[in-house]
Amino acid sequence: MSLLELDNLKVHFPIRKGILFDRTVGHVYAVDGVSLKVEAGQTYGLVGESGCGKTTLGRAVLRLVDVTEGEVVFDGTDLAKLDEEAMRRFRRRLQMVFQDPLGSLNPRQNIESILAEGMAAHGIGADQAERREKIKAILAKVGLPANALSRYPHEFSGGQRQRIGIARALVLEPDVIICDEPVSALDVSIQAQVVNLLEELQESLGLTYLVIAHDLAVVRHISDVIGVMYLGSLVEEAPSDALYEGPRHPYTKALMSAVPVPDPDLEDRRERILLHGDLPSPANPPTGCRFHTRCPWVQETRCATDRPELTDTGDGHRVACHWTAEIEAGTLARTRATGVEAVTETAAVAEEPAVADVVREEDDKAVADAQPGLPVPGVAAGAPASDASTAVPRPAEAPADERSPSTEGGGKR
Amino acid sequence: MTTLTKKADKVDRLAELMQTSESTTGASLWREAARRLRSSKMAIIGAVIIAVFVVLAVIGPWIAPYTPTAQTWRGEVFANQGRFVGMRGENWFGLDHLGRDMFSRMLVGARQTLLVGVVSMLIGLVIGALIGVLSGAAATLGGPMGRRLDTVIMRITDIMLSLPSLLLAVSIAAVLGQSLTTVMIAVGVVQIPIFARMLRGSMLAQGGSDYVLAARALGVRRNRIVLTQILPNSLSPVIVQATLSLATAIIEAAALSYLGLGNPDPAVPEWGVMLSQAQRFFDNEPMMAVYPAVGIIITALGFTLLGEAMREALDPKLRG
Repeated sequence: MSLLELDNLKVHFPIRKGILFDRTVGHVYAVDGVSLKVEAGQTYGLVGESGCGKTTLGRAVLRLVDVTEGEVVFDGTDLAKLDEEAMRRFRRRLQMVFQDPLGSLNPRQNIESILAEGMAAHGIGADQAERREKIKAILAKVGLPANALSRYPHEFSGGQRQRIGIARALVLEPDVIICDEPVSALDVSIQAQVVNLLEELQESLGLTYLVIAHDLAVVRHISDVIGVMYLGSLVEEAPSDALYEGPRHPYTKALMSAVPVPDPDLEDRRERILLHGDLPSPANPPTGCRFHTRCPWVQETRCATDRPELTDTGDGHRVACHWTAEIEAGTLARTRATGVEAVTETAAVAEEPAVADVVREEDDKAVADAQPGLPVPGVAAGAPASDASTAVPRPAEAPADERSPSTEGGGKR
Repeated sequence: MTTLTKKADKVDRLAELMQTSESTTGASLWREAARRLRSSKMAIIGAVIIAVFVVLAVIGPWIAPYTPTAQTWRGEVFANQGRFVGMRGENWFGLDHLGRDMFSRMLVGARQTLLVGVVSMLIGLVIGALIGVLSGAAATLGGPMGRRLDTVIMRITDIMLSLPSLLLAVSIAAVLGQSLTTVMIAVGVVQIPIFARMLRGSMLAQGGSDYVLAARALGVRRNRIVLTQILPNSLSPVIVQATLSLATAIIEAAALSYLGLGNPDPAVPEWGVMLSQAQRFFDNEPMMAVYPAVGIIITALGFTLLGEAMREALDPKLRG
């Protein structure tokens, strides 16, 4: 039994019009049928571009937005069905850390008052003195000076404010903390500190995290399992390393290929999958597979009509694509250009290309693309699709630079 | 590698700690605003004007050299023939058309003017703020029912707001009859929708902020969220508006008095009434109108200056 389980979670925001009385004229399908499990003590990373519904999903777990359909089962209780007072009491066990450290702290309350607010709401600590002692202990734990108590949020630096945000969540001794872009508003040097702090706290307090982020490097660093969201639904879910080493869904492949490689030679030759077009409106999502309007491998059958389910392709690697096996096997040709010439469009894929030392696995294909005369999935055909081993790179994905020309199967360069 | 990162981490931590101030007690935003206010010339000038005005209003009747209602020099003024007595040693501001000392009348009249201004502003502020809080709280945390309540309340205030303020005040005064209380109520009622809308709008803006979301995530009860999170952050524009509306209230009260809706006893000095009385003799003795007019203008200016200074102090981001 997982600590937190989402089952077919849907959050649809009504689009209202009308002067005196609201009329609902449509819905924004922010989260549209997401099922996932977060195990106790683990970190679940949720990635996706802006507008894909990852923040809404985080808020729906805490019922900060209304759940339209589906279940949020936390420790055996379906939070989506609780009445307001019962949910309020449950919030002690589920806490949240926000993206904007300054915006999420009340500018007119001092730190003690901010941290005591939650304790008072849940009756933690008998009197002010007892609460103060507890707050002091938490402040020390997150690395803030003890004299912070009587100061106000605007008197702290960005990293310190985020520490306050973390402390505010911690004073309630929660089981799960939902971190909504916990470091994206911080300087890179401070990002590392906060990520390390989160990891330390997880170790010492046995916390479970649901980390929402768009920075692929951060998510990889902190997560045990990663889910990739696109337009309100999960397209792929896998253990962290497996996902980065062998993304299987076309969208994940494109997302990963947007991360630049800190090696100029490799960077020039590796393949970048550039998606054409914009993210469709979540108010009017495409039929069938949500990604079929932009997918490089889109097929005439099924893609536009059937919505693919998230299915296990081995080793807990779940993919929502009708053609995973065929794409992995290389028997499926691309139906759309992925535009190597349009390198400047890279930014369209990810919100913010993260600085990562992730070695790209599509490099072999990059070489193939650079020489247009050769068939694209040449070597990939040799790799059986069932080869789902994650630790060992599959032959098809072996680095294709000078270091290993032999694995190329010859004749490729 | 790991030791290196740890060292870098430590250096970063030190740099971060360097940025924090030494002081153990923090400065709240209110205190910072007060500090900015003290260093603002505009605020000081405004405050001095208001202070003088308030002092005069309080002690006016005691320091007035003559009884303001006594027609002591009745025999020296022939209003119908256009013969007035201007400034002179014993009557600094001259005499009015009935031979009363203008200086004494101005001093005593300040109290009435201040009373009208403050009371009508308070009527507008208190009722307006209550409506605004109800509406704002319903709109931000009340769910669909709350949004409906908010819509109804706001449409009513819109109707109030769309009526010309003076016309509304005249109608109220006409219904309630002629008295100073009428003027206060009339001027106050006109201010209600302004305060209500302002507070509600401000609360709505704060209601969508991350710290309100954070408070909800913490499990803080709704009433407490409104009182400790939303309201303190929504008050700045209302405080500014209250100061500014004191000026408007004084002017509007004067206008109503001028129109003859004020205190039915014309003997009791009040700046608006004095202005109204001076009208008939403006050709021969313009000074009779100038004194109360200048008094009203300076007082209104004082409140406006302070209000503007407070706006800047409370929201430094507004300064260009």
